[in-house]
Order: sequence, then C-alpha cells, then structure tokens
Amino acid sequence: MSEGRPLLEVQGVSVRFGALLALSRVSLEIRRGEILAIIGPNGAGKTTLLNVISGFYHPFEGRLLFEGRDRTRLAPPDVAALGIARTFQNVALFKGMSVLDNIMTGRLLKMRGSFLLDAVWFGPARRQELEHRAFVERIIDFLEIQAIRKTPAGRLPYGLQKRVELGRALAAEPKLLLLDEPMAGMNVEEKEDMCRFILDVNEEFGTTIALIEHDMGVVMDVSDRVVVLDYGRKIADGPPAAVRTDPAVLDAYLGVSHEVA
Amino acid sequence: MGPLSALLAPFQDIVQNPTFFAEVLIGGVAAGLMYSLVALGFVLIFKASGVFNFAQGVMVLFAALTLVGLMERGLPVPAALVVTALVMVALAVGIERAVLRPLVNQAPIILFMATIGLTFFLEGFGELLWGSNVKRLDVGIPDESVKVAGVLVNKLEMTAALTAGILVAALAVFFQRTRIGRALRAVADDHEAALSLGIPLKTIWVIVWAVAGLVGIVAGIMWGAKSGVQFSLSLIALKALPVLILGGFTSVPGAIVGGLIIGVGEKTAEVYWGPLVGGAIENWFAYVLALAFLLVRPQGLFGERIIERV
Repeated sequence: MSEGRPLLEVQGVSVRFGALLALSRVSLEIRRGEILAIIGPNGAGKTTLLNVISGFYHPFEGRLLFEGRDRTRLAPPDVAALGIARTFQNVALFKGMSVLDNIMTGRLLKMRGSFLLDAVWFGPARRQELEHRAFVERIIDFLEIQAIRKTPAGRLPYGLQKRVELGRALAAEPKLLLLDEPMAGMNVEEKEDMCRFILDVNEEFGTTIALIEHDMGVVMDVSDRVVVLDYGRKIADGPPAAVRTDPAVLDAYLGVSHEVA
Repeated sequence: MGPLSALLAPFQDIVQNPTFFAEVLIGGVAAGLMYSLVALGFVLIFKASGVFNFAQGVMVLFAALTLVGLMERGLPVPAALVVTALVMVALAVGIERAVLRPLVNQAPIILFMATIGLTFFLEGFGELLWGSNVKRLDVGIPDESVKVAGVLVNKLEMTAALTAGILVAALAVFFQRTRIGRALRAVADDHEAALSLGIPLKTIWVIVWAVAGLVGIVAGIMWGAKSGVQFSLSLIALKALPVLILGGFTSVPGAIVGGLIIGVGEKTAEVYWGPLVGGAIENWFAYVLALAFLLVRPQGLFGERIIERV
C-alpha cells in the first residue's frame, strides 16, 4: 500500500530559534532504497533538518510523514522505535564502554523483557543476549573492526570512532539511516573506507540512507540524489550531475551571482 | 620518647597483638561496607543522570522511618518490607515527575539545588508521617559478639556486611551484564545518543531512583538496627562523600573499595593513633583522606578520567 510512497516525506517544515529561522518551509522526500545527500554551506540548516527528522527538534509548522503516517511530534526514542537510526556530527559514542558494548546498545530496541526478568531470571535473558551478540559480531566483521572490539570507544582515533558509531546505528537494523557528516575530519583513506561501507550498507541491507556531507567529491560518488539547502531554504533537488551545474547552487557555494560570474 | 617513636609505637602493638588488630580490621570492614551502601545510591543516580543527589542520606532515613513506622503499626516484617519498597518506588516516580522532568536539560548545579530542596522536603514529610522520636529497629539479629577462631566478631555487623556485599555484587552484575544495565550506562555517557537509540530517559530515571531507594532501605535497616532510627541518620550521607571522592563518582566497585578503605582506615587510626591526639580521629579522618585524593587523583581510584581532546 505504502510501497509507492516515499519512505519519509517532509512537508513545509519550519524551525525557529529565537529570531533565527533555521528552516523555512522545507519540503523534500526520502525514497525507499536510495542514498540521499543533503548539502549546503555552513549554517544552511542541514543538521537542524536531521534533528527534526530524528525528533530532537519539532517544527512550528509543516509535517513529517514516515511510511505515510504523520509523526511530526514524536520524541527521539519513539522515532528510533519506528526504525530511524542516526549518527552525530561530533561522534556521540559511549566513551567508557567497549566497542562491543557500544554496538550492543544499538540493539536495545530489539531486545525484549522486563526489568525484573533481567534482574532475577537469568536463563532467557542470557539466551537473548547471546543471539544479539551474534548479530553484533556480524556488524563488527562487516565494518572490519574485529581487532578493537574490547577497546573503550573513547580511546579510539576519530576515524574509527565514526565507524563504530555507524555500527551502533546499523545494529538497530534501521529502515532509514541518517548520517551527519560521516566523513568529517577523516583522511583520504578513511573517507574511501567510509564511502565503501555506506554503499555496501545500502546494497546489502537495502537500507535507505540520508547523509549530510561537505566533501563534494564524496557526494557525487555516493549519492543517488542531492538536496541543497541555503539559509534554511531548499534551493535544489535532483541527481548529482544536475545539481552540480545548477546556477542557484553555484551562487550559494561561490557566494557570487551567477550572471556576474 | 620522641614524637617519631610515639607515632611508630602503635605498629609494635599491631605486631604484638594480631588478634586485637584483626578485630579492629573486621570492625572497619563492617563500617566501611555500610558507607559503601550509602555511596552506592549516589553512584547509581550520578551514573545514570549526572545528578548529584544530595537527598540520598535522607532517602535512607525515610526508608528506615517508613519501615519502623509500619512495623510499629503492627505489620509483620515481610509485609512492612514490601510496603516500604513500594513506597520507595512511588517516591522515585514522584521525583521524576515533579523534580527531574520539569528541570530536564538544566545545568547540573540547578538539579543539585533541587535535590537539596528534596532533602528538606523528605525530612519534613518523614517527620510529619512518622513523628520525630528515636525509634528502635529490631531485625531479629542480636547486637552481640561471638568468638570465631579467637577473634571477637559482632553478629549484627557481620550480617550487615554480608548483606551489603551481596547487594553490591548483584548491582555490579546488573550494571555490567544486563540490557537495562547497559541502557543505564549509555544514558550516563551521552543523553542524546541514548535517546537516538530509543532509550527512554524518563523510564531510566525512574529505575535508577527506585533502585537507589531500595538500596536506601537496606542501608537504613543496617544503620537503624545499629544506632536507632533517628534524624541524624541522614548525616551518614556526608560520610559517603569522601567514599565517593576516593572511589570515583561513576564506579560501583569504586564505591565499595572507597568505603572499605575509609572504614578500615578510620577505625585503625582511631584505635591506634587516637590516644596521641586525644581521640576523635574517626570524625575527620575520611575528609582529610578525601582532600588528599582530590589533590593527587581527582577522578578517584576507579572513576573515568575525563580527557578533553583539543
């Protein structure tokens, strides 16, 4: 029934912080199975948009539909329960926990049982733990981080932290995966690895992915479609090749009027 | 006799009379585990919500008062225990609704102030419900000593120590190995990330406050059986403070080891070196030790060291 519809529809969403209009009537859709890149200059409202989708901010006008159902006012844990996982711009890992435990927290929504059962009735709780552990080991293999599974996340270099954070998001088996600058602060080699993982996730698990990225080269390589934001408004939406030559996009990025240039 | 030899003389006593030293040590361990129990309540709440709960001591008092009050009204001990547990869980739900939820995302100092307010409220509320007299709490274990292998051991203290030990071990396993334990640690580390994984903050807060309340019951019973249920009970929370500084605010094992070090340390210092300075070492030993720790290792023995990447 909802197969023909986009996975997520953002309809005329506006967000205001005091006097600043961070998003102004932004509409876009994220289609099933695609990799969508959201780009734009600093302060364009990219992260704000991601925060709206994951429930951290609520728009004062507009709606969000996920699988055709209105979910504009849901709180973050409820958004997560719908099957939307995300990573953060500045890596939000649980620093004191091992890599394995970090990724295991991503499975929390998949685990069942009550507080009391967990505390006193060990049998079923243990069996469940083992099943999830096996799944997490698959993710660890997939991301090629076997060697660091017991290392506290806080001690890892930045590039690996980003990879572990991706693993934690994947552990939730999301329908929609939101990545906030997955390659920021990485060297070329790390960027190539991350690109490969993103493409593999999309291909092997069929996960729909929306990512924010600055590196135009990466965006062109990875994404099926690109949405461009500038000053809180959407100025372009289309395949990478078309967006790259769009006059409005060039204006926004180069800061000059296209006609003059 | 010079001052140095006066300081060293107690070591001779220790060597000459090992049985007595063993008794002092056991007394110290017993007292230390009781401190650990109170410190544990702090650690649980601090780990999961970053709130320094000033009201932990009063929660211990409130739990003990409720238990004694119910027993005085003729409830059998098991029933009184169950009702007290329910009261502490209800209290946790109430605190989350009335205090934590409206103050979510406020600075830690604001939440800390709120728990000070909570302290005075609970003290007054407890007095209103159960009166302000000193009450005797009889748990059916006589406060008497027996000789084990030539060493005098207090039955009540041993029971308390054993209970505390079991509780602490159970909590450590719970935190490390279970789903909820992992969620609690996640919330403690990063609220936003925890939310994005579908961990409901409100539920987690109710759980930690309820567990802290239940730990408070055990601590309240142990302390109450030893020194009577009275309002000075809430002051033992102050003793938990140096324990936390020693062990680290975020570490369950740290709370235990910290409590043991302080318990054993202050007992030994009091018995052997007390006479040199006219006694009362027990009153300040813990705080001086904590001060020294703050200077040398501010994160405590087991605390997570906060390294800022620049």
